[in-house]
Amino acid sequence: MNKIKIKIENLYKIFGPKAKNFIQVVRDGTDKDELLAKHNHVLGLDNINLDIYDQSIQVVMGLSGSGKSTLIRHINRLIEPTEGVVLVDNQDVTQFDKNELLDFRRTRTGMVFQRFGLFPHQNIIENVKLGLSIKGVDKSESNETAMYWIDKVGLNGFEFKFPNQLSGGMQQRVGLARALATDPDILLMDEAFSALDPLIRSDMQDQLLDLQKNLKKTIVFITHDLDEALKLGDSIAILNGGKLVQNGKPEDIILNPADDYVAKFVQDVNRAKVLKVKSIMNTNNQLNDAPKINMNDSIESCLPTILETRAALSIVDDDNNIIGSISDKEVASILRSN
Amino acid sequence: MNIPEFLTVFPKMGKVDYLAFKKAIDGAFRQFSRAYGDSIESFFDPVLYFLVNLEKLLQNTPWPIVIMVFLLLIYYGSRSIYLTVGSLAAFLFIAYFGMWQDTMSTVSIIGVCTLLAIGLGIPIGILMSGSDRVRSAVVPILDIMQTMPSFVYLIPVVMLLGIGKIPGLLAIIIYAIPPMIRLTDLGIREVDKEVLEAADAFGANRIQKLFRVQLPLALPTIFAGINQTIMMALAMVVIASMIGVRGLGQPVLKAISNQYLTMGLLNGFAIVVLAVIFDRVSQSFGKRLQQHRAGSRE
Repeated sequence: MNKIKIKIENLYKIFGPKAKNFIQVVRDGTDKDELLAKHNHVLGLDNINLDIYDQSIQVVMGLSGSGKSTLIRHINRLIEPTEGVVLVDNQDVTQFDKNELLDFRRTRTGMVFQRFGLFPHQNIIENVKLGLSIKGVDKSESNETAMYWIDKVGLNGFEFKFPNQLSGGMQQRVGLARALATDPDILLMDEAFSALDPLIRSDMQDQLLDLQKNLKKTIVFITHDLDEALKLGDSIAILNGGKLVQNGKPEDIILNPADDYVAKFVQDVNRAKVLKVKSIMNTNNQLNDAPKINMNDSIESCLPTILETRAALSIVDDDNNIIGSISDKEVASILRSN
Repeated sequence: MNIPEFLTVFPKMGKVDYLAFKKAIDGAFRQFSRAYGDSIESFFDPVLYFLVNLEKLLQNTPWPIVIMVFLLLIYYGSRSIYLTVGSLAAFLFIAYFGMWQDTMSTVSIIGVCTLLAIGLGIPIGILMSGSDRVRSAVVPILDIMQTMPSFVYLIPVVMLLGIGKIPGLLAIIIYAIPPMIRLTDLGIREVDKEVLEAADAFGANRIQKLFRVQLPLALPTIFAGINQTIMMALAMVVIASMIGVRGLGQPVLKAISNQYLTMGLLNGFAIVVLAVIFDRVSQSFGKRLQQHRAGSRE
């Protein structure tokens, strides 16, 4: 396991003029609706504790109003916490002074927005250079870096166009290039692909995963789309009414939902497609003469073999070592509990 | 039925009290203007110097050169050949009817007033957009400036500075600067929150945000403010002439008091023509700024 990159501890956010006064009320168990009705304050985040590991993709999921966009804005302190600690590499972001904070945002984090947040009055290369020019990087160097990232996201030839001359998907590529141009170690993506149509969205997800193979950034990805979360997330955190209700690997979320809210979220998921065989294999029973399947295959992809043989399969890791087995009955029971 | 007197007649201030009240304020202001009038006047000397010299320059340069320069500026601003040709006709008409000198005076005072209004109005608008408290303090002042009859604030201005160019200039600016301030504030407040948040997220400081995001994006609205300011300044030309500002307003004033219909019409028409030219040029310049920002979809 990688080391912890971002550690969020006991984070509270209450919106309203007397936020501090209501921390204790929230601690005593007042929920979002009650706080609004009784005290006219909005509960944004309720005692969030979350560890985000280095070089991983942490998805934060929830319906609108669950606090996910509020949470991501605490990492680069676009929103001030009411109480709590956000540690990045063991430095407390909430304690930074003005200049430390600007410096942190300029060098350590990049952010991608739902509606892109591009500068309409500047062309693509100027937009991509934003972070660099704010830092004061000299012109020829920043031009070169910007062109490198424009090329990386596949927008060669568009560098002198203006944002509104580009389609939504292309604009978000600009947003991604802009975020990557300063070479931050943390990438904050706030519903980055939600405004795009499904095909483009899927393309962008693939591109992000592809880039991540080499970049190995720590990515915090906000979404309300479970399929997107399952595809991208190394870990998925689920928020409801400002509370963190569950955080775990995709298969944990599907197989062991923490409460009804999560269960409802995952009930329509095609388990056979999402779950990998390694997440349900039986490690105590190793078969030597059964057909072999890779541990990272989906259950769906081994269904034909299982149906054919009507027997257990052995599961191997990438080096072809047998590490467990899976039987037709186990598969059937997993799929039945849908 | 007997109605009590205090219901039919409002219990007003006594005559003696009112006289004393008037005397106190008038006296205090007179004292103030005696004490500070000169230093305030000298404070405006650089503006006066600039204004006088601009007027001299426009009046003393041979008219074909002035017209040529104006036409170039008009074409550069509007990129419209029709407007340029129309303006040429208008200038020739003005000069032919002997209004050239007065027109140059008016152009120079309008020009200086507009520059000052921009120089003062934009910073005030920026301050206003950044703070709701400043805004709630400034807005009522702007309301007063726009609704108070100009003659009322001409009284203290004349008491303080006498009659002449500077009091006229002040009167014009008081009347013409509010739209500049309001529209700068509005333009900056209307900037897309997500674009601003993006600038924040990449570590832009206040100055960087102002000059890279807020002002460029507010520019079309600010330009609408400049346009309004010019129009309102032109509307003040006649009133300013009452306190000794030379220009197209003075013949109009003379025409009113002597019932010279033709003279009034001609000079009034010259003011209208100037207004139309200023308006069309500044509007199409503002529009071009917007087009550039939007880019054209091929």
